[in-house]
Amino acid sequence: MKRKALVLAGVGAIALAVPSVITLAAEDWGKYQVGDVRSGYTFAKAETRAIQDDDFENPGMLWVEHGEEMWETVDGEANKSCKSCHEDASDTMKNVGSTYPVFAKDIGKLENVENRINRCRTDNMKAKPWKYDSRDMLGMVSYVKRQSLGQPMNVKIDGDAASWFKKGEEFYNQRRGQLDMACKHCHVDNAGNMIRANTLSQGQGNGFPTYRLKWQKPGSLHRRFRGCNKQVRATPYKAGSDEYLALELYVMWRGQGLPVETPAVRN
Amino acid sequence: MASKPRVRVPKKAKAGEIITIKSLISHKMETGQRKDKKTGEKIPRMIINKFVCTFNGKVVFSADWHPAVSANPYMAFSYKVMESGEFEFTWTDDAGKTFSKKAKITVS
Repeated sequence: MKRKALVLAGVGAIALAVPSVITLAAEDWGKYQVGDVRSGYTFAKAETRAIQDDDFENPGMLWVEHGEEMWETVDGEANKSCKSCHEDASDTMKNVGSTYPVFAKDIGKLENVENRINRCRTDNMKAKPWKYDSRDMLGMVSYVKRQSLGQPMNVKIDGDAASWFKKGEEFYNQRRGQLDMACKHCHVDNAGNMIRANTLSQGQGNGFPTYRLKWQKPGSLHRRFRGCNKQVRATPYKAGSDEYLALELYVMWRGQGLPVETPAVRN
Repeated sequence: MASKPRVRVPKKAKAGEIITIKSLISHKMETGQRKDKKTGEKIPRMIINKFVCTFNGKVVFSADWHPAVSANPYMAFSYKVMESGEFEFTWTDDAGKTFSKKAKITVS
């Protein structure tokens, strides 16, 4: 009882600052909540959370396993696999999931894991790039990000990334589409409220690629962006485009401190 | 499309104990009711229609699956083990392709 009283007192303090989280913040979400930043996990139903919690039941793990296979698969004219250069992924990839997207100096732009993998494939392996939401790409991204499981999100937004961050922030707050809605109208102003039959989350990116039960497969964060943009009747940008890269940086920054959950499971 | 199936069976159990067996297989489970967006043609049905689990050669669990079963089907069931032996799990799809996996259990 004492503990509950304390938690409620804490909620009171948050409630003053951000009125939209009052109703749902009473539960203790442990690592899935940092301050008033809450993972999509905390908005999911108990049944959905149970699927994510058990690595065996989590169907996203099938893609992680596929990625693990691809890691060792030699492809392209250079006769290399990921492993040829990067060796043990659990060692070399362990901070990738929590720090990407990053500003890549050699190409002079922001780069996420998907684009980085394809750059590696075309430049170093002399192989064909993968399609953005293909099985191979989703598998590899899931496998790579999985190596950062549980690490707190920690993206860099200063230096060269600052201008991208600003663009992402503008995108996030810019009204668009026939419904004239910005990302923030759902994910900041109404997080926790219902949108028809679903609960709106804060739109955090820490669990991507996320296995969505609706999709019956994992999907990239950019696929989610496209879906959101379509729902407000706006023309979506291409997955991997500069607009979405900037937005990805901003969205990841919003979830600073949340643990990497790849592959998360959502409805 | 389908990849290696996964099963989880406890390695050890006591005789008469009720164990939980879990299985997961990756399969697209195409229902046969969708149309190709570009051509308008129906996408032919391709689902796993049969799941069978045997223990020491004897069927202990079997199920017929229909188009409403989701992609990447997960199946869990309980079984009362009396003796040591080997489970064999078999999935059969519409093309007649089978996927199988074995798991041993030691009963004391």
